[in-house]
Amino acid sequence: MKRFLLARTGQAALVLLVMSFVIYSLIGLMPGDPIDIMIASNPGATPEVVAHLRAIYGLDQPIVLRYAHWLFAALHGDFGYSRTHSQPVMVVLLPALWQTCKLMLTSFILSVALAFLLGVLAALKPGGILDAIVSLFAFAGISVPVFWLALVFILIFAVTLHALPASGISTVGDGGFVDQARHLILPVTTLALANTGQFTRFVRAAMIETLRMDHVRTARAKGAGEGRIVLIHALRNAMIPVVTVMALSFGGLFSGALITETMFAQPGMGKMIYDAILGNDFNLALTGLLFATLVTLISNLLADLAYGWLDPRISL
Amino acid sequence: MGSLFILLLLLLFVAAATPVAHWLGVDPYETDLLSQYAPPSPEHPLGTDDAGRDELVRLMLGGQISLLVGVLSTLVGTVIGLTIGVVSGYFGKRLDAVLMRFTDGMIALPLLPLLIVLGALDLTKLGFSAQFAHSGAAGFWRVVVIVALVDWTGIARLTRAATLALRERDYVRAARVSGGRAGYIMTAHILPNVATPLIVAVTLTVGRVILFESVLSFLGFGIVAPTPSWGNMLNNAQELVTTAPALAIYPGLLIFVTVIAVNFLGDGLQHAFDPRSER
Repeated sequence: MKRFLLARTGQAALVLLVMSFVIYSLIGLMPGDPIDIMIASNPGATPEVVAHLRAIYGLDQPIVLRYAHWLFAALHGDFGYSRTHSQPVMVVLLPALWQTCKLMLTSFILSVALAFLLGVLAALKPGGILDAIVSLFAFAGISVPVFWLALVFILIFAVTLHALPASGISTVGDGGFVDQARHLILPVTTLALANTGQFTRFVRAAMIETLRMDHVRTARAKGAGEGRIVLIHALRNAMIPVVTVMALSFGGLFSGALITETMFAQPGMGKMIYDAILGNDFNLALTGLLFATLVTLISNLLADLAYGWLDPRISL
Repeated sequence: MGSLFILLLLLLFVAAATPVAHWLGVDPYETDLLSQYAPPSPEHPLGTDDAGRDELVRLMLGGQISLLVGVLSTLVGTVIGLTIGVVSGYFGKRLDAVLMRFTDGMIALPLLPLLIVLGALDLTKLGFSAQFAHSGAAGFWRVVVIVALVDWTGIARLTRAATLALRERDYVRAARVSGGRAGYIMTAHILPNVATPLIVAVTLTVGRVILFESVLSFLGFGIVAPTPSWGNMLNNAQELVTTAPALAIYPGLLIFVTVIAVNFLGDGLQHAFDPRSER
C-alpha cells in the first residue's frame, strides 16, 4: 500500500514535470512575447533597445535554460506576475481555484446522485419503458454540446422567464448566501447534466451485471425483500467499478468547467485560463494549466485509492 | 438503423448547400449590414445572421466543415492510436512500458485547456509561412491536427490489448518463424484483425471530435470566420440570445442531433459485434 502510494505519487510528479516543460514550450510558441507587448505602446523603440530588453529579461537564451530558471523559481513558490491583473499569479489563481472547486464539487455530487437514481431504476427492468427513457436521457447528456446547453438555459431561465441570473457570482449590493446560490444554479445544473449521461450509463451497466450474480439470486431465494436486494446486495457491489470511473472523470470535469465558467461569467480557473490565453498573460496561463493538470492527477490518484478501499480483494 | 437514416439526412442537408444557395440566389459569404437579423422570408427561409448572410445556407456550409473535421480528425487520430497501440503490443517490454506510460499521461491531461493552447499557437513560430498561417486552410487543418493529437488514447489502448492477444496466435507465430519482418506481420497479419473491435471506438470518436471542434470554434480557437462552422456560428451567442434567439438554437441543435445519431450508431454497432453485451 505504502509502496503503491509512493510509486503513484512519483509517477504523477513525473507527469507534472514533463507537462510543465511541454506547456512552457507551447506558451513560448504563442503569438508575441513579453517584449513585443512592452514595446507595442512605445513606437520609438529601436531594434537595439529591443535586443537589450530581451537580454535583460533573458529571452535571448535557449528555451531549456529559460525553463530551468522558471522551474527553479516555481519550486520556490514564485510563479511570477500576472500581466493583465498586475498581481502575483498566486494571488489571482487561488480565489479562482476555490470558485472552480465549488462549481465542480457541487455539480459532481449532483450528477453522481442523479446517476445512481436513474441508473438503478433503469437496471431494475432492462428493456422496459423506464430504461428506454433513461437511456435516451443518458445519450442526450453525452451528445449535447455543453456551451449550447448553457446557452439554451440562459435563453429559457434568464432571458425569457427572468427567473435566474445569467452571469456573475453575486448581485452588486447583495451577495448574501441565497444570492450567491441563485447565481450558481444555472452553471451547476449545466455542468451536472453534461456529466450525468456518462455516469448513468456506468451505473446502469454495473447494476445489470451485479443483479445477475449468484449472491443476488441466493438473497432472493432466502426471501429478502426486493428493496433490500437492490440497495444492499447489488448496489454495494456495483459501486466498486462505478466509483472508480466517476473519480477518474472528476478531472475531466475541468473541461466542462472551463466552458460553463466562460458562458456564465464565473471567475473560476477555466475562465481565468481562457482569458489569460486570449490576453497573452503567459505566467497566468502557464500556472493555471499546471494547476488544472495537478487537479486531474490528484483525482486519478484518489480513484486508485478508492478502488482498493471499496474492494478488499484488490491489494495495492 | 434510425440513426443511420438521420445521418444520411444530415449528409444530404449539408451537401445541398451550393444548389440551395444558387436556387435562393444568395451569397453565403457576402455581408449586408442593412438586412442584419432579418426574420424568415421566402428569400431567407431561416432569416439572416448578424452580418445579413443567409442562415440556412450557412448552416449547410458550416455542417460540411464540422462533419469533415469530425471524419478527418478521427482518421488522423486513429492512425496515431493504431501505430502506438500495435507497436506497443507487438514489441512489448520496455517500449510497451514507455508508450503506455505516455498514453496514461495523455489521458490524465485536462483536454480542453490544452486544446485552447494548441489552438492559440503562432504557426509562423513553427516554421510555416505567414501567408499559410493566416489562411483559412491553416485554420481548418490546425483543428484537424490538434484534436487528433489529444484524442487517440482510447484507440491506442484498444489496439494494444487486441495486439497482445493476436501476437500469440499460431498464424502470427508461423509468420514469424517463416521469417516475416515485424513491419510486415503488424500490417498484414495483426492490423486487419484489430479492425472489428475498433469500429465502435472510432465511431464514438467521431462524435467526440465534432463536439471538440464546435467548442473550439465557438471559443474562437478553431475554424474562424468567414468560413462557417456550427461552432463559430454561435460565436456571438451572448448577443444572439437577446436579439435573435432562434439563431442561437439552430447550430447547436444540429451538432446535438449529429452527435447523438453518431453515438447511437456506435451503440448499435457494439451490439451487432458483441450480441452478449448489455442492451
